[in-house]
Amino acid sequence: MELLVAIIIGSLTAVGTYLMLRMRTFPVIVGLSLLAYAVNFFLFASGRLMLNSPPLLYVDSPHTDALPQALTLTAIVIAFGMTAVAVIMALTAYLNGGTDKLDMENEAPEVTPEERGQ
Amino acid sequence: MSLALIAALPFLGALLPGLMLRAGRNACATATGAVTLLALLGLLSHLPAVLNGEVVQARFEWLPALGLNVNFFLDGLGFMFAGLILGIGLLIIIYARFYLYKSDPMDQFYTYLLLFQGAMVGVVLSDNILLLLIFWELTSLSSFLLIGYWKHLPEGRQGARMALTVTGMGGLALIGGMLILGNIAGSYDLTVILENREVIQESDLYVPALLLILLGAFTKSAQFPFHFWLPHAMAAPTPVSAYLHSATMVKAGLFLMARLWPVLSGTDLWFYLVAGAGLITMTLGAVIALFKDDLKGLLAFSTVSHLGLITMLLGLGTEIAAVVAVFHIINHATFKAALFMTAGIVDHEAKTRDIKRLGGLRFLMPVTFTIGTIAAFSMAGLPPFNGFLSKEMMLHEAAHTSTLFMVMATIAATFSVAYSLRFVFHVFFGPKRDDYPAKPHDPGFGMWVAPAFLAVLVILIGLFPKTMAGALVETVSKAVTQADELPYYSLALWHGVNAALIMSMIAVATGAVLLLLHKGLDRAWIAAPRPEAKAIFDALLGGITRFFTWFTDLLHDGAMSRYLAIFTAACVVIVAGAFFSADYLQGARPMLPMTNASIIGFVLIMVPTTALAFLHRNRYLSLVLMGVVGLILSVAFAYLSAPDLALTQLSVEVVTVILLLLALYFLPKETPKESSPARRTRDAVIGAGAGLGIGALMYALLRREPDNIGWYFLENSYTGGGGNNVVNVILVDFRGFDTFGEIIVLGIAGISIFAMVAALMRSAGGKRLREMAKDHVKIGDRHPLMMVVATRAVLPIAIVVGAFIFLRGHSQPGGGFIAGLVVAVAVLMQYMASGLEWAQSRQRFAYHGMIAVGILTAAATGIASWFFGYPFLKSTFGYVTIPPLSKFELASAMAFDVGVFLTVLGAVMLALAELSRMGVAADPDQPVNTDPMDIVTDGGAIRSATKDS
Repeated sequence: MELLVAIIIGSLTAVGTYLMLRMRTFPVIVGLSLLAYAVNFFLFASGRLMLNSPPLLYVDSPHTDALPQALTLTAIVIAFGMTAVAVIMALTAYLNGGTDKLDMENEAPEVTPEERGQ
Repeated sequence: MSLALIAALPFLGALLPGLMLRAGRNACATATGAVTLLALLGLLSHLPAVLNGEVVQARFEWLPALGLNVNFFLDGLGFMFAGLILGIGLLIIIYARFYLYKSDPMDQFYTYLLLFQGAMVGVVLSDNILLLLIFWELTSLSSFLLIGYWKHLPEGRQGARMALTVTGMGGLALIGGMLILGNIAGSYDLTVILENREVIQESDLYVPALLLILLGAFTKSAQFPFHFWLPHAMAAPTPVSAYLHSATMVKAGLFLMARLWPVLSGTDLWFYLVAGAGLITMTLGAVIALFKDDLKGLLAFSTVSHLGLITMLLGLGTEIAAVVAVFHIINHATFKAALFMTAGIVDHEAKTRDIKRLGGLRFLMPVTFTIGTIAAFSMAGLPPFNGFLSKEMMLHEAAHTSTLFMVMATIAATFSVAYSLRFVFHVFFGPKRDDYPAKPHDPGFGMWVAPAFLAVLVILIGLFPKTMAGALVETVSKAVTQADELPYYSLALWHGVNAALIMSMIAVATGAVLLLLHKGLDRAWIAAPRPEAKAIFDALLGGITRFFTWFTDLLHDGAMSRYLAIFTAACVVIVAGAFFSADYLQGARPMLPMTNASIIGFVLIMVPTTALAFLHRNRYLSLVLMGVVGLILSVAFAYLSAPDLALTQLSVEVVTVILLLLALYFLPKETPKESSPARRTRDAVIGAGAGLGIGALMYALLRREPDNIGWYFLENSYTGGGGNNVVNVILVDFRGFDTFGEIIVLGIAGISIFAMVAALMRSAGGKRLREMAKDHVKIGDRHPLMMVVATRAVLPIAIVVGAFIFLRGHSQPGGGFIAGLVVAVAVLMQYMASGLEWAQSRQRFAYHGMIAVGILTAAATGIASWFFGYPFLKSTFGYVTIPPLSKFELASAMAFDVGVFLTVLGAVMLALAELSRMGVAADPDQPVNTDPMDIVTDGGAIRSATKDS
């Protein structure tokens, strides 16, 4: 199980990093989200993996470490806030600059119909 | 008076000039002078004790854990320097009152001067070397302000910058050196360090420590090759030059070498570095000084030369040489400060300090002439003035060191005679001229009293050295050398005919000849190619700046993908290097079995993740794949005993995908294929490296037994926080302060989205947004009946579920975060079903208000606990029963959770509603519907709510 989790987190990181290195804003935002998954899962898993032992005291079983879960919970919500801000920034840049290229040239080119999509 | 108070007085007094200036310039100067006088009297009250050989101390703890304490001590050396700083400071304050022009802001000048004075007193009285370093940096900063006092002059600004660059760089080196020294000695207190000579000199770190400390001392005291900044600092007003560049700041380096003389001196390295630099500086400065036409330039290079002389004496490493150094520090301060003030008077009255435009002033300015001549003859080393005494002793020491020292010292003495005589003869003698820029005359009493006082000292020390300075020199020399008994020396005018006297006579005779030949020599000097220090300095600085601009641009040229790649690749390489250079220890924690469920989950995450790397160009598809990953992740959380995380991830996933869908409405739907295969391969390698590293780290971590603080929360959750759901108790209680910070961040994110959209609408992007609509394919049924009906039915249920999740959160999975998200999804569905306008008109509370109320509620809960004498956010709880409900718990943390709930709901909805607003703006032709759906029943007849556009 541990191996599976490690592979999942590694793959999410790898694909997330790859997408972060693309040249358009949207893949970067998707890459950011994947990295956020990886980080959140990593953070959670740092409390070690346990089955059927939620940190609920009325459940009569061993309890897993609750602290990483609490930290991860807020991290998930913050990741949403971060993604939302990044999305609006990308939109602003696209609408003002006319392109969704990440590394704009000094002069913002005019929007061509192709770039607008559809 | 306590030593700490003496050091603090100038700093406290620095507040006065600004206030007292309103009462006039005299009041301003008097207040400043009174502060200095008070400190000086405080210092003098320790004189008897110091002369007795006692060490006065004042100690306060500041940061004892760092070894940084406010420890002061006063022995002979500190006393002499503090006396010079405060005594000459007092004279400078009087002089500056009459020197400064009406247009000069006097309060600023005196404030800077007092700050500098305080810093200098701090340097010489500090026992703790960390404290000393703080004061040392303060002298660099305050002298920067003083040198650049005439802000309107470019030379002033450039001179100040150069001085700060050179001395600041030296200061950094000094910090390193002093820390090493403190580490070797095991204490940062000078009194302890001074007793550890053997330990320090035998240490391997002695050489680096020595080099760094000397770098600090040489830059401060303008020793070759760092001598060039001092002449450029002459752009300062003359009182500053007289104070900083004759008596005090440039002597700080000498002070440091004298202070550390007992532990650092005596080695070969010390001798070659210190005596060598001193010898070169002494000769070089003297030669250049002869060819300077600017009076202050001449004095500046003369100062460089004399500082070199003292450095050389300290470098010799013998006790008797140290005695001579001490004596010359006193003598140099008296005659050089008087000379600077004389130069200032000439400049002030004749409006020029160019020697070639001066001459014949002896009849026009008899008082200035007298003072200047006495001081200049002392500088030349002529009897019976005090400069003669210490110079004879210096020549004696040089003659006994080696032939090289003897020859060089004689050359320096020769040029010293020549430039001193030039100062007198070319300025005051010669025919009276009629082309002075202003009509020169003696200044008022206030301006010449200070240099006159110093000139009297020059004569008195010269005639009666034993009476005037004998006791002080002895005490200070004992403090420098840390010896109980000093070797025999005699402070007297006449020692009989010896080597020193003969060298002196040669110097005077040759010096006079040099002056007679000055015209020809000067022409040759001007014609000869000389390295221009400022040009070299500027070129060097420019080169460094260019290199690092290039280097920074190379790594960080504004292209995000570029520096992300560099950053990630560097991380991978560094971590890989660390991993492969150490032994790997496999953890012993047993692995959980791979169940069928876990393998299915694994496949369900891995397939879309892998597919994303290849199919991400289709943006809708990539969103779907991403959503699948997020959903399976929430299942994984549930499976791995984290129900709260599962609920959060699930609801966040829903709003994230909706958010990105909305964004995609505006953005291109395809990502074009732009990067080359090579670039894609490079990125894939970097990504694989990062993934491999993180995955391996995760695996290594999971195989180790945890050693953490998790048990504390499990044990205390119920008893301390009153909840069974430990995750929630941690969020709202144990780590409530964290959560408080997090909801503030979330609130800020929501509000900045609001602000960005508002700004976008007004900008050019807003116009482009309104033009987009014609390219979009319109759907026929924007608000489908089925969806409207379904969401209406779901809303109350969803809200009840949200309330339920919220209320049970403290003891079962749930809580404010999850409830906020669940309710947000329910409200969001109303927007989707019936449109922004319809939903917004039924929304009674603005979302920004909701964020504010949420954060304030959380804050109020925290503050409330103050009224019960508890720390911020300390919670309490109890159990109540309201029939017919079963017994439930009420905790004050619940009010905090309400704040969390409101902030989450507000921030999520604000972000999404703002995006919807953009969507409406993008399609201004579409009618805004105020009805719940596109078809309405109007008195039995069904018609379309929207007109065809």
